[in-house]
Amino acid sequence: MNRQRVSFWWFVGTLFASLLLMLIPLPHVLEPFKPYWPALVLLYWAMESGEQRVTLGLAFILGVCADMLNGVLLGEQALRLCVLAFIALRFRSRLRFFPMWQQTLAVLALLLNDRFLLLVVRAFAGESTPPALWWASPFVSGLLWPFLFLLLDDLRMRLRLQ
Amino acid sequence: MALTREESSPLFAGTAAGTLRLIFYLAMAVVLMVLDHRNGWLWRMRYATAIVVEPVYRLASLPVDGMHALGVAFADRRMLTEQNQRLREDLLLANAKLNRMAAVAQQNERLKELLDTQHSLELHVQMARVVGMDLGAYRHRIMINLGARDGIKSGQPVIDAHGVMGQIIDVLPTSSAVMLVTDPDHALPVVVERTGLRTIAYGSRNGEQLALPTIPMAADVRVGDKLLTSGLGGRFPEGFPVGEITNVAPAASGMFLEAKANPSADIDRSDEVLVLHDLAEPVGPPPPPSPAGPPSDEAPAPATTATVAHPTTLAPSGKPASAQTAAAPPEVPQP
Repeated sequence: MNRQRVSFWWFVGTLFASLLLMLIPLPHVLEPFKPYWPALVLLYWAMESGEQRVTLGLAFILGVCADMLNGVLLGEQALRLCVLAFIALRFRSRLRFFPMWQQTLAVLALLLNDRFLLLVVRAFAGESTPPALWWASPFVSGLLWPFLFLLLDDLRMRLRLQ
Repeated sequence: MALTREESSPLFAGTAAGTLRLIFYLAMAVVLMVLDHRNGWLWRMRYATAIVVEPVYRLASLPVDGMHALGVAFADRRMLTEQNQRLREDLLLANAKLNRMAAVAQQNERLKELLDTQHSLELHVQMARVVGMDLGAYRHRIMINLGARDGIKSGQPVIDAHGVMGQIIDVLPTSSAVMLVTDPDHALPVVVERTGLRTIAYGSRNGEQLALPTIPMAADVRVGDKLLTSGLGGRFPEGFPVGEITNVAPAASGMFLEAKANPSADIDRSDEVLVLHDLAEPVGPPPPPSPAGPPSDEAPAPATTATVAHPTTLAPSGKPASAQTAAAPPEVPQP
């Protein structure tokens, strides 16, 4: 029971940490390269535990929390994370057994799709189109993915968590 | 929705229930977005959950504060001495200027009194610290550590030592969000210091610059001209530096000149900012003078109710009615 509780808190803790990482500002020059942390962590858990933990409802709640903390529009990140979680869950069994580079490419595609969705939402909200550098973030996230995945997986193994 | 997941073939786990669920959540998200877009729910929710949200903000700003503290702790002596020296020189210069200005300010005050205007050169400000936090939206917004409990209200101008930074747009109990002048949604009425030309400075989409897209073709605007707030629009008091023009070119439409300006405030380096408490001079025509008639105790009943009703409606405009009843301003002798 204890082990289960610890692994539950580890799960919640990583999600919370991803929200904090999203809020922490980077130096001004690096700002456009900031990865979308909640999406990365959610993707990790979607691939790792599947529907036992990551459901669309959870993605929605995480998105609303993220919007509350740093949002331009309430519900925007909820929508994006829902779509992300849906695709990841549907292709989970294939994504899991991809070699790392293929997985990375898949994550990159997912995040690019996410940016595109964001662009559409912002266009509907009547905001101006962002500068070209704005598209750099998914690529940085994609580069970070293998390391994040291995790190989280390794930590999970070491702590013998589910 | 009541379907439980029984799928035993996870390789192609596409079920109608999963898709339905997705559609349900997407619809909810869209409803939230529309409601927020129409009514600004986001800030109401933030305000309602401020007890959770604000500690998270403080937590998120810790790394920046930590870096700052580390910078101070490990800064070497030479740098600190240099900085100290520079600050001392600045202070000396500022004090010298201030001393010279004091006399002028006093004279100005006296002349203005003669002219019977209420405009004063005093500043009522509150110092605030910037909370190091990323608010999305391409960093055109910042958070400061003063909020509703410190008497901050939406719409107050925020300045730093060099110029106008922006204005408060949303207030939480102990922090508030500032929209910077470089935000694409921000527009600021300005006046060119050299020529007195009035125009509007918008934030620009992709940069740290201000855009002035509607300058008449014939206007005299040069690179290096300083922009001040004009006080029109009623948000920003007049006379605060806004920026300096760096580039003037005909607009794509060919009907206007378009200028770019660098903001004078240290938009991305300020740690401390000032929140202004006095607002701009009320705009529009002066309020009509209250009816000058016989004293109210001698006037008939309806007239007294009218005079009572009048000052209450005029009160927000900032000029006490008594100032208006005073005699006309003394005539300026013509040379």
